[in-house]
Amino acid sequence: MDFATLLQVLDSTVRLATPLLLACLAGLFSERSGVIDIGLEGKMLIAAFFSAAIAALTGSVWMGLGAGIVSSVLLSGLHGLASITFRGNQLISGVALNFLAAGLTVLIAQDWFSQGGRTPSLMGAGRWEAITLPFAETLRAVPVLGPIYYELISGHSILVYVALLCVPATWWVLFRTRFGLRLRAVGEAPEAVDTAGVSVVGLRYAAIVICGLLCGLAGSYLATGLQAGFVKDMTAGRGYIALAALIFAKWRPWYALMACLLFGLLQAVALRYQNIDFGGITIPVQVMDALPYILTVVILAGFVGRAIPPRAGGEPYVKER
Amino acid sequence: MTDTAPAIELKGISKAFGPVQANKDISIRVMPGTIHGIIGENGAGKSTLMSILYGFYKADAGEIFVAGKKTEIPDSQAAIAAGIGMVFQHFKLVQNFTVLENVILGAEDGRLLRPSLAKARGVLKQLAEEYGLSVDPDAPVETLSVGHQQRVEILKALYRQADILILDEPTGVLTPAEADHLFRILDNLRAEGKTIILITHKLREIMEITDTVSVMRRGQMTATVKTAETDPQQLAELMVGRKVLLQVDKAPAQPGATVLEVENLRHVDADGVERLRGISFDLRAGEILGVAGVAGNGQSELLEVLGGYREATGNVRLNGTPLPLSGPGSDGRARRVAGIGHVPEDRQREGLIMAYTAWENSVFGYHRDPGNQSGALMNNAAIKSEAAGKMERFDVRPPNPNLKAANFSGGNQQKIVLAREIERNPDVLLIGQPTRGVDIGAIEFIHQEIIRLRDAGKAILLVSVELDEIFALSDRIAVMFDGRIMGERDPSQTDQRELGLLMAGVTEDPGENAIAAIDARLEEKENRKQPRHG
Repeated sequence: MDFATLLQVLDSTVRLATPLLLACLAGLFSERSGVIDIGLEGKMLIAAFFSAAIAALTGSVWMGLGAGIVSSVLLSGLHGLASITFRGNQLISGVALNFLAAGLTVLIAQDWFSQGGRTPSLMGAGRWEAITLPFAETLRAVPVLGPIYYELISGHSILVYVALLCVPATWWVLFRTRFGLRLRAVGEAPEAVDTAGVSVVGLRYAAIVICGLLCGLAGSYLATGLQAGFVKDMTAGRGYIALAALIFAKWRPWYALMACLLFGLLQAVALRYQNIDFGGITIPVQVMDALPYILTVVILAGFVGRAIPPRAGGEPYVKER
Repeated sequence: MTDTAPAIELKGISKAFGPVQANKDISIRVMPGTIHGIIGENGAGKSTLMSILYGFYKADAGEIFVAGKKTEIPDSQAAIAAGIGMVFQHFKLVQNFTVLENVILGAEDGRLLRPSLAKARGVLKQLAEEYGLSVDPDAPVETLSVGHQQRVEILKALYRQADILILDEPTGVLTPAEADHLFRILDNLRAEGKTIILITHKLREIMEITDTVSVMRRGQMTATVKTAETDPQQLAELMVGRKVLLQVDKAPAQPGATVLEVENLRHVDADGVERLRGISFDLRAGEILGVAGVAGNGQSELLEVLGGYREATGNVRLNGTPLPLSGPGSDGRARRVAGIGHVPEDRQREGLIMAYTAWENSVFGYHRDPGNQSGALMNNAAIKSEAAGKMERFDVRPPNPNLKAANFSGGNQQKIVLAREIERNPDVLLIGQPTRGVDIGAIEFIHQEIIRLRDAGKAILLVSVELDEIFALSDRIAVMFDGRIMGERDPSQTDQRELGLLMAGVTEDPGENAIAAIDARLEEKENRKQPRHG
């Protein structure tokens, strides 16, 4: 494999890891607050649809982004209503929302565009443009570092950079601010938060809204950055992969970046090398495509060491008598 | 009475949960700078009253005055603002946070943590010096012993500048020495002018530390008296509403042949922590061996291994026959067939199925006995009538075998379990926490039943965290600490202090340095217990 190819694979790794990373951080906020969110998939999907649809209708990718975020936050709020206010089962609520998103997106798409449940292909201002970082052209000639800067670091859409910046931002919020302290506490021991005079419900809703917002970014990037439009079930399990990455990362932001890049790399390799030859044995493309999912199963089965989830995760908070 | 306004005054507080009247027209005055005890049986409404004071529940009627001023306390925030701090029975701590983080949680000074943490560090140091409340501020709470975790709770309240401190059953989880230390801290706090409300069901503590005591019974405040002007007998009567025997009458034991021999018992739990580290003892017919210790030192595991629901290594012989400690034939039913009855520590989870009726519960573990079978089916009619008889003999109220276990009070639930195990006439009876959550009246009955069983020549292994109970019943006392038996004593030849030190793993009397010696041993234990992180 030559240097240029390597750079291309890594470049595509970053692109493919971006929606995973945003969804993973979304899940991190939600689960750190004690609300298990299996509905990342559905939120991404609904955001993907509305951002593509609105971008197609208005011709503005920014309007699309706004619509994506709003739809995702609304869906998140529904999850909050079911699992925080009405103390329902968080897994069931999440699964229900995934089904809702899967059906609703295709239904509305068909109604609005009549293209078999997809949106029209986006063009021009309907898609995110690649940003060329300063001096990228000039520095391109510098050996090794130049191409790395030009190919790998420069030339992504703004959401990729936003996603990457979200990692240190999440870390800082979580471990350096009052809100972060309370958020972590409410996922571990909501009764401690409650007796300290802080609202458990308020904190969990705040986390849910952040989760919706980040899922909105993830979905928008999927439909208006990575691809040019919405197609049925386009998230293809990315929400679940993000959950696996979250567990793999032990609910920590920097580890989440690493985990998502690993999944992104597997996807990038599968895209680039359809059939790999190992001295006579050909590994078929299906195996390559399945790799991220196989890794997901391996992680979820607990083969990568013990990950201790937030202690109050999945349990609605009820004051004890 | 002095002219100063009471620190806390409650007037006509009432609170009902559905049909249950938890608090009925309660009025109480707590004077500043005193320790005011509130005593009552389980379910008397003590905790509900304090939860109202701390803003956890809203009273249906009544008024609260803090320092003479009428105050509304709709939530914990308001209670904290009014200068009320609460130390709950079950600590409200975030286990994987450090002491500092726990202390500032909810009382941060700004949006960023760093300045709050720095300030708290200084305040904690000062509080440590002032009241003898020293804890490592950077230690994660999960690595601290229970006594230290309790100090963190007190520090939390003091950090929020509480003038009134409510402690709910604070000594339940402490060794006697730790409890003494806590009382010294409370003494210091009182000397500094803080007001303390101490909720407990232990008469000894009330007599030892309080200035005034209020007694609650069935949701009502039955009396408030000066501690100096009362005695335990009178308080017990006020609590129960009739005369009670605080002492158990029993003749000296007449031990017979050795029934149960335990040798080098070892058990490692699912987290990889060794909970039993070589336990050996003999148990003879007609005696009660009491196992004392603070909860979490292996007593539960010992009972569960002998009762057949944990596997272990070592040797256990019943009447000379070895019992398998793992694999087939080591389960609870096999143990019962062999002649070991078991009254588990947690009757609601291990002793009973709460959603099942009393008669169904009366047969668990013995349900395959021929007498309970009718062909391939259970002989329900026979089981039911037998259950009715047992319930009558054990004075279970109401004596209705068709009621669900959940509908009986704690004491009556315990009697159902006891009846089931005792009436099977086992050679050995394992009893864990026989009177936990049981009211005084039922305690008397249960204690007498245990003594009667002993006098009938049965071997009894009693595990209890209540030292008074161990003293009242045991013919020999073994003290467990950190998975080992630290020593065996004759109850007539020992005292609370000696046992208290053994319970903290200190075998030689350290004299003045008792607290330091205890702290060292407890820390050692917590460090060993840390699960290996992957």
